Amino acid sequence: MEEKTKFELNGKEVEVLVDKNQTLLWTLRTNFNLTGTKYGCGEGYCGSCTVLMDNEPVRSCGIAMTEVNGKKVFTIEGLEKDGQLHPVQKAFIAHDALQCGFCTPGMIMNAVGLLMKNPEPSRQEIIDGMEDNLCRCGAHTRIIRAIETASVEMKGGSQS
Amino acid sequence: MKAERINQYYFHDVNTAPGKLGRRSFLKNLGGGIFVVFALGGYGCKPRKEGDIPEFNAYLRVREDGQIDCLSGKIEMGQGANTSIPQVLAEELEVAINQVNMIMGDTELSPHDDGTWGSMTTRFHDPIIRMAAAEAREVLILLASEEMKLPVSQLKALNGKIVDKNDEENSLTYAELTKGKKIIRSVTEKPVLKKPGEFKIIGKSQLRTDSLPKVTGKALYSADIHLPGQLYARILRPPAHGAKLVSSDTSAAIAMNGVRVIQDNDLIVVLHTSFEKAEEALKMINAKWEIPPSKADNETIFGYLVKNASESNILYHGGNMDAGKKEAAFLFENEYHDGYKAHATIETHTATALFEKGKLTMWASSQTPFGTRQEVAEKLGLAKENVHLKQIFLGGGFGGKIYNRQATEAARIAKLVEGTPIQLMWSRQEEFMYDMFRPAAVMKLHSGITKEGKINFWDFNIYCAGDRGTQLFYEVPNHKTTTWDKSDLHPFGTGAWRAPGNYSTTFARESQIDIMAHKIGMDPLEFRLQNMKEGRALNSLRLAADKFGWTKTKQPVGIGRGIAVGEDAGTLVTVIAEVEVDKTSGKVKVRRVVVGQDMGQVINPEGVIIQAEGCVNMGLGYTLTEDVVFNWGEVKSSNFSDYQIPLFSMIPEIIETSLADAMDQPPQGGGEPAIICMGAAVANAIFEACGARLFRMPFTPERILNALK
Ligand code: FES
Ligand code: FES
Repeated sequence: MEEKTKFELNGKEVEVLVDKNQTLLWTLRTNFNLTGTKYGCGEGYCGSCTVLMDNEPVRSCGIAMTEVNGKKVFTIEGLEKDGQLHPVQKAFIAHDALQCGFCTPGMIMNAVGLLMKNPEPSRQEIIDGMEDNLCRCGAHTRIIRAIETASVEMKGGSQS
Repeated sequence: MKAERINQYYFHDVNTAPGKLGRRSFLKNLGGGIFVVFALGGYGCKPRKEGDIPEFNAYLRVREDGQIDCLSGKIEMGQGANTSIPQVLAEELEVAINQVNMIMGDTELSPHDDGTWGSMTTRFHDPIIRMAAAEAREVLILLASEEMKLPVSQLKALNGKIVDKNDEENSLTYAELTKGKKIIRSVTEKPVLKKPGEFKIIGKSQLRTDSLPKVTGKALYSADIHLPGQLYARILRPPAHGAKLVSSDTSAAIAMNGVRVIQDNDLIVVLHTSFEKAEEALKMINAKWEIPPSKADNETIFGYLVKNASESNILYHGGNMDAGKKEAAFLFENEYHDGYKAHATIETHTATALFEKGKLTMWASSQTPFGTRQEVAEKLGLAKENVHLKQIFLGGGFGGKIYNRQATEAARIAKLVEGTPIQLMWSRQEEFMYDMFRPAAVMKLHSGITKEGKINFWDFNIYCAGDRGTQLFYEVPNHKTTTWDKSDLHPFGTGAWRAPGNYSTTFARESQIDIMAHKIGMDPLEFRLQNMKEGRALNSLRLAADKFGWTKTKQPVGIGRGIAVGEDAGTLVTVIAEVEVDKTSGKVKVRRVVVGQDMGQVINPEGVIIQAEGCVNMGLGYTLTEDVVFNWGEVKSSNFSDYQIPLFSMIPEIIETSLADAMDQPPQGGGEPAIICMGAAVANAIFEACGARLFRMPFTPERILNALK
């Protein structure tokens, strides 16, 4: 059954008519052509589909559109502010915290969510917070470092 | 290229460059500029007959605006070729790295290339690119000499200009020199290259050039292509490899709104504008299958392989085996097992395709775009020229994306729905079913040492792991290495996985070395040092041991260190791991890993370190957790929930890499070597930590507890 869903997407009010069981992942990818959010497993195990919903990192492959009604959704495409990269994005570049880059959008969105809740995480807290995001290229070492750097930079209060 | 040929290259002789193939004449259609054409895999690039365009498979162009284009058949899957290639090019051509545009893996724009695998790019591609760039520099100097009326000897290239050595203000930019010209040159003779002492860019760390699109979600992978009217395709799959379709009823699926079902012999496809609707419709198909009887599962496979592998090949043989065995003071006979592993790239195999007016256009996650073109053309009965594979990023490869089954499937579907673009993205479950798995392997090792701890006997029988990296760098007077295999031995497709076979054989060899050292109470480092010839293996061992700070001191309870040495893709590598083992739970935590690498000239040191870290982190998966569960053709691992790839909590807190200073040596592979040592280094460390000797990977808590009994 198709249903109208209204929500805020990357800061803009949007409306979409899709089957109410369609997931947020495929709505983003197909209906909004926001392909930065990736399919990696479709069952909640890999985290490559992570987006922020009301500032919570969620796995968009497991969220039906009915749950998105009235929510604020942020994807990797909406992270830049006034043409400025988010500190987490900058730190990923500065640390070469990616190889193939396929897990990267999910990693970044999860890290942004993590830092919102805990602006100064310890190394262990970063590991715990990122634990369920998978990377096959083995970029973990640098992802941890990038999140540490972003946390320091964000302490200046430049961006949340 | 056919899978067999790829395997032949990949499992075996990765130390020779692939041949150059084919001749393209597309230069005619390109605009102005200075072109230098060259061939990967050979220094000569000669025309077949006088006046003809020489054979080549890559070229660079100095454009009329002074920018440099480099067209290469290689692809970018995370390994960083789109950073290291511009680096070498910029070095010789005296331009900034961001002046170089890479155009990769487009079958119409790039010249033919065999594929991106076997750590070939840096070893065989970069040296040629340097020469081509040097050639372009010489052409620019010649042009400047004419225009500036100065002898060639008084000119040099500097920052995108040709300058007068006596007065650097007197100069012409590359754009000024190239404007209105079209010059085609080939690298026929070895041009003068810069000496390592003159390098400004080679050997200096360089950040990746593709990070910006990757951190903003703009980088396009094969599933990110959206063409108007595009449909998602889902294919009906059997429950097991080898299963036969007995009957199928698609009526319920067809009845669904917006669903299109097509059937072409064994191929049943469901199409919809929504991926999830297509998926739903697929589940409505009622199909009956006949599954062939099981011959083995993930527990019994090892015996099955040994029993059924027949074709043997003696790789190396020296001395007198009987005498060696007789003279040995201690003999050791062990069997090592390694199960099947999946590539498990986070991007599943995907292809987006449109067949229109007799021509197929495709974006496919493929490490071999030209091979894909060939295969697709053959399958569809098209001329090669009518199949166009476009440049695209790959979400990981590791050897798994050289076989291209998804591309031929997508091509077939696209042709059946001519005019409608389709996207075939394998689900994670399909990825686990049709992966060309790293094969299970058995290694039988019989060896002996003298009282003094000199290895004098080595009889190595390798089942299904090939011969890559098996040449002994230990000094053993009496030795024999034999491989055993047979085609179609495995229950499902197997193939190349980051440094094929080498992780299995290295696990066996380096575990055996450790066992022998411990038997006579000798320090495993000392044992290796005294049995190794002077050379690059020894260099890498010393580098790693120094960096690690290896001592003979006894470690605290539950802590252990392990060494493993190996060779891959021309690089000699040593890994030393430090682990902590909890004896009650059997859990292992790898705390620190040191990599020592002798890999010749290093183009991008940071790039090398990143690849080494990737090897360590990825390697922990096959070492500790990854194992494909199956009952013959039925692959039971279906998602990351039952096939555990490395997690943040598994990776070592410290990874250090130490590189040999060998800038004057040819560059060697860096993407694969360190991964081969992870199994053995961790196995040996576990032994030191708790006394458990492991003969089968992965080292699960259960296996460790069993070994402790
Ligand atoms: S695709 Fe959503 S968690 Fe893997
Ligand atoms: S960078 Fe390739 S999966 Fe993480």
